[in-house]
Parts: sequence; structure tokens; C-alpha cells
Amino acid sequence: MSSEAQESRHPQSKTELFMVFTFLALQGFGGVLTVVQRELVERRKWMTKVQFVEEWSVAQVMPGPNVVNLCLMIGGKYFGVAGALAAVGGLICGPLVLVLGLAILFGGVADNAVAQGALKGMGAVAAGLVIATGLKLGTSLPKNPMGLWTAIPFAVISFACVGIFRWPLPWVLLGLGSLACLIAYRALKQLPSRLDAKTSPDQEAS
Amino acid sequence: MSLPLSPQDWFDLFAHFAFLSLMGIGGAITTAPEMHRYLVTEKNWLTDSSFSSSIALAQSAPGPNVLFIALMGWQVGINAGGGLSAGAPAWWLGLLGVVLTMLGIMLPSSILTYKATKWAHVNRDLTSVQAFKSGMAPIVIGLLVSTGWLLSAAHRDFSQDWKIWLVTAVAAGVMLRTSIHMMWLIAAGGILGAAGLL
Repeated sequence: MSSEAQESRHPQSKTELFMVFTFLALQGFGGVLTVVQRELVERRKWMTKVQFVEEWSVAQVMPGPNVVNLCLMIGGKYFGVAGALAAVGGLICGPLVLVLGLAILFGGVADNAVAQGALKGMGAVAAGLVIATGLKLGTSLPKNPMGLWTAIPFAVISFACVGIFRWPLPWVLLGLGSLACLIAYRALKQLPSRLDAKTSPDQEAS
Repeated sequence: MSLPLSPQDWFDLFAHFAFLSLMGIGGAITTAPEMHRYLVTEKNWLTDSSFSSSIALAQSAPGPNVLFIALMGWQVGINAGGGLSAGAPAWWLGLLGVVLTMLGIMLPSSILTYKATKWAHVNRDLTSVQAFKSGMAPIVIGLLVSTGWLLSAAHRDFSQDWKIWLVTAVAAGVMLRTSIHMMWLIAAGGILGAAGLL
């Protein structure tokens, strides 16, 4: 309850939710996640970085399209099932109409050299934006209960496993994930008072 | 390519994507090889080139990447209806394909995620729930950086691809340092690429 009161801003209606996600999705060239982070955390301040990472953890671990999971969780948090539908509807509908229109008009254009070149350039920028978003979210790690010096190695190792060694994601999530959760569990148990642990996320939000 | 689909076929299409919805940990794109095996190799509902161009087209347009699946559904329906030129019947089948594939890929995972989130919210004071959120945080942050890394590391030949890496690095730097709108950066990358400079 108290966290609700301290949250600086949140969507007023399901219509607003739908419109915001439509707006986000239509900006998302090469992935929507970077736009969601920038708009909802940095501009609209609907959630803190820590909260965003928490939601993204769940969205990533659950099967299915990640960004769809993330949006339905955010929408569901404010307005239940209707909110989840509004957010996912906004995410999907506008871009779907656009992409079908493109498919009808220029079915074969994706194969021409100029379009390929543009796609390559946009992809290179999108990759940089995703990396920057990851690094930005990394600045939330000092608040992690495991402590910064335990959290950073986990971030680096998970990067290396998937980015360098190309190990399959589910195994990394399962193996490295359970180890990290175990360490976090012990760290949380050792906190002087469970009550302190509970109130700290609210303080961050203020 | 025109091959009418039976109601059983349409159901199979839906069911296959519903199955992939629950298999795709780390995003729907991770199941693309299985989609290719099913749609192109096993069922012959899509040609190899329309499979790849669905992915390419969805990537070039804004919106969540999962829309490549809508394009595949569209193409399956259009093919079943005898091609775009066959007019309204083919268009309706195309839309049917979009609805079935998208519902298939989203519905099972969404229900599961919604239920799990609700459960986690009710039990948010449990140490195990807090430990999950705190423990997974650094891992998903590392994964996010690796996603960007893999996108740019698809280009491996340094002597040829250093320009692409430079663009990626500059984009990351600008995003970290300024609050310039990301659309400008994407547009700049698109223009450099279209001009053949990358």
C-alpha cells in the first residue's frame, strides 16, 4: 500500500496505457526494450531502475516473447487483466498494421541492396542502444542485497557465457541463475531485520 | 504456390505456435529454427525465401520482434488462398493466419506469466521471491549486454566490419551520455547504411 502512495507517477487509465504502449512500440526500431526503459523509467518515471530490472528478470525467465511478457506485467500491475490486455494491445496493434501494410506494398523490397544497407546500419545502432541500456541498468546493482562485488561478477559471467561462449540461454538462466538466487537468499536472510529489507524498495522509489 | 488448408491444418498451425510459446525461453526468436523446420521443411506452407523475408521485414519495421510470426501467419494464409492476386478470400485467410499464429505464440506464455506475476506479487514478502528478483538482476543485465554484443558480433571480420562496430560503439556512447531521441540515432544508422558506407 505504502509503495503505491510513494510512486511518483503512474498511468491514469487503460486508454492511457494503450496509447503509451502504442507510442513506445512505434518508436521501437530493432527492439522495443530500450524504448520501454527510457520512456517508462527515465521520462515518465512509472518505475525505478531497480523495479524495471525486477520486472525484466521475470519477463526473461518466463517463456514466450519477452517484451510482450514485460508489457503485460506492467499493464497488469496497474489495471489487472484489462490493463495487461491494454498494454499488449498497444504494443502489438499499431506495429502489426504497419508491418502488414509493408508486406503488402513492398513484399520483396527487403531484398534490395539499399534496404539491406539501411537495415545493417539500423541494426548496428540498435545493438549499441541495447548495450547502453544494459550498462545503464547496471548502475542499479549497488542497491542489490548481494552487494556490488558479488553482483558484478554474476553480470560479467552471464555476459561471457552467452555473448562469448554462446551457451544456450535456458542453461545459463538455470545454472547461474539458481546459484545467484541462492546467494541472494542467504544475503537477505542475514540482513539484520527482515522489516528493513521490506521497506528499502519503497525508499528507493521515493 | 497454392495449397488449401483444411480446418485440421489451421488447428495444427495454432497448436504448433502454442507449443513454441512455452518452449521459447529467452524470446520467440530462439524457436525460429523449429518454426523453419515445421513451416518450410515439414509442411511446405512457406518457401525458404518468404520465411527469411518475414524476419527481415519485421526487423526493418518498428515494434516488437515477435511480429515476424504475424508475417509468417499472413504468408501461410495468403499462400493457402492462392496468392495476393486472388483478392479478398486470400486476404481473409491471411488475416486468419495472423490471428492464429499470434494467439498461439502469445496466449500460453502470457497466461503463465500473468499467473506467475500475480503469485509473486501476493508472496512478495517471501525471502525466496525477493531472492529470485535480486539474484536474477545482475544476470539479466549481463544478458542484455550480451544481446547487443551478439547483434554486432555477427560481423566478425575486423578489417571489413570496423565501421559497423564503430557505429555500434558511438550509438552506445551517445545513448549513455545524452538524452537525444533514439529515433535520430536509428535514422542516422539507416542513412549511413543505405548510402553504402558500412
